[in-house]
Amino acid sequence: MDFIIDLGRYMADHSAELIDLTIEHILMVIYAIFLALVVGIPLGILAAKFKKLAPVILSLVNILQLIPSIAMLAILLLYFGLGFQTVVIGLFLYSLLPIVRNTYVGVREVADGVTEAGKGIGMTPFQLLMKVEFPLSIPFLMAGLRVAAVIAVAVATIAPYIGGGGLGREIISGISFQNDIRIYAGAVPAAALAIIADLILGIVEKRTKKRFAS
Amino acid sequence: MIQLKNINKVYEDGFQALKGIDLTFEEGKINVLIGPSGCGKTTTMKLLNRLIDYTEGELTIDGKRIKDINPIDLRRQMGYVIQSIGLFPHMTIYDNVAAVPKLLKWDKERIATKVDELLKMVDLDPEVYKSRYPNELSGGQQQRIGVIRALAAEPKIILMDEPFSALDPISREQLQDELVKLQEDIQKTIIFVTHDMDEAIKIADQIILMRDGQVVQKGTPHDLLTSPANEFVEEFIGAERLEQAKGLPPMTAFVDEDFPYATITQSVDDVISLMVTHKKDQLPVVDAEEKYIGIASLYDAVRSTDKPLTELVNRKIIAYRRTAEVEKFVASKDTIAPIIEPDDTYIGVLDQELLLEKLHEKFGSKSGVTS
Repeated sequence: MDFIIDLGRYMADHSAELIDLTIEHILMVIYAIFLALVVGIPLGILAAKFKKLAPVILSLVNILQLIPSIAMLAILLLYFGLGFQTVVIGLFLYSLLPIVRNTYVGVREVADGVTEAGKGIGMTPFQLLMKVEFPLSIPFLMAGLRVAAVIAVAVATIAPYIGGGGLGREIISGISFQNDIRIYAGAVPAAALAIIADLILGIVEKRTKKRFAS
Repeated sequence: MIQLKNINKVYEDGFQALKGIDLTFEEGKINVLIGPSGCGKTTTMKLLNRLIDYTEGELTIDGKRIKDINPIDLRRQMGYVIQSIGLFPHMTIYDNVAAVPKLLKWDKERIATKVDELLKMVDLDPEVYKSRYPNELSGGQQQRIGVIRALAAEPKIILMDEPFSALDPISREQLQDELVKLQEDIQKTIIFVTHDMDEAIKIADQIILMRDGQVVQKGTPHDLLTSPANEFVEEFIGAERLEQAKGLPPMTAFVDEDFPYATITQSVDDVISLMVTHKKDQLPVVDAEEKYIGIASLYDAVRSTDKPLTELVNRKIIAYRRTAEVEKFVASKDTIAPIIEPDDTYIGVLDQELLLEKLHEKFGSKSGVTS
């Protein structure tokens, strides 16, 4: 009980600093997710549209996901140096898999009848993609986005090792100073962020499902 | 007019789906392609909007080779209704119906008017349904939308790929009835694929029965029922249906073309003498162009010889088409059944003696009484 009171007091005393770290944390995640959407959606669509490309693209993003996060960031460090953008690139690579895979599945899952109807009424392949296939894959994409966001929030906590900021700084300081209160002061908001992201994106996902469900 | 000449379709794996198909789809008629699964009926239909291309032969629409027409343009000029309904689930009913006009870049007002008109045509209130999504509609309503979506851009040709087979029996019957009724107004060339013989008989003007990529028999429903080409046709139609059909030839089998008739310009006296010489108490009356008008009865004529014939004619007595079922007359209370062509041209009247004879044959044999 004392511990919780101490933690509360610490967080209250350092609230301004913690809020800054939280904002930084969120920003890293948002930049990374944005990049992942920009790159991942076209990749997912390409994979869905070209059967021969699918295994190449999917295994590539799968491999990215398999690299341990700390190793990935260390490798990136070699090429991009210390700093914010290196973290964003790392998070971006981690978020790719769920977004690419879910876009791929979403486009593939569009009912045959619907794509046939689109073709049959005279849509060009591009119109079919933009007016039918992509909109119908959005619920899947949202599910991928949700997973990607939660992963990115978690992985972002190791950002300070490569010169990034965010709540990880508090955790790593806590480890260095063997101060468990500081570890928790970083970990609790980070966990809360992940939960909040999951909840909000969960609601969005449900809405899109309702709107686009067949 | 859509003509298929010696069409072959061989897939890359060597499977020959179509073998030398020669066909003409009748303009403004419902042409039904029917046969067991794998017979090539759907393949044949999909040749028409180039979802599938043939490998040999010649397919022309109004004399134009289909391979010379851009498939995207071709599809926009044709209505297409598919089995799984295929409405776009993320679009409102309005956007679904407006899909093709939008692709054709019609202006907004024209689209809006057209959508309203079409929704009304299938008895769906535009104000209620326009902004709904497909999953808020029943299966029958969804397929109505599927049908009017195909009509939206006013195509001359409509392809329907087993459109009603996924519906419950009641909705299916309703939609079949509606389609037949609708077709009377719109007079489109409809290519309709089905595996359901009842459906084919009900809606078809021309039935094309296929098997193993070949046309086995084509003709009106009546042709198939009364003179099946071979055992396969008989089997496919079913013994029971053939038996029924044998009992009930359509009106055309009973036409008495020698029955006397009057022309509207004749005087009442002439008509009376005509009746007397032929010993008839009723005569059909036609106009100068031989179109059926109504029936003049001796009783009315004798009572008012001073009136012109136009006032005497009983126009309430309906005439039957050649293809109509005889039962309709049997069930009515009329005592005379004039028979006409689809354009109202008078042909003759139903020979009631012959009808009695046939009825006797049918029911006499069933009850075991021999005559």
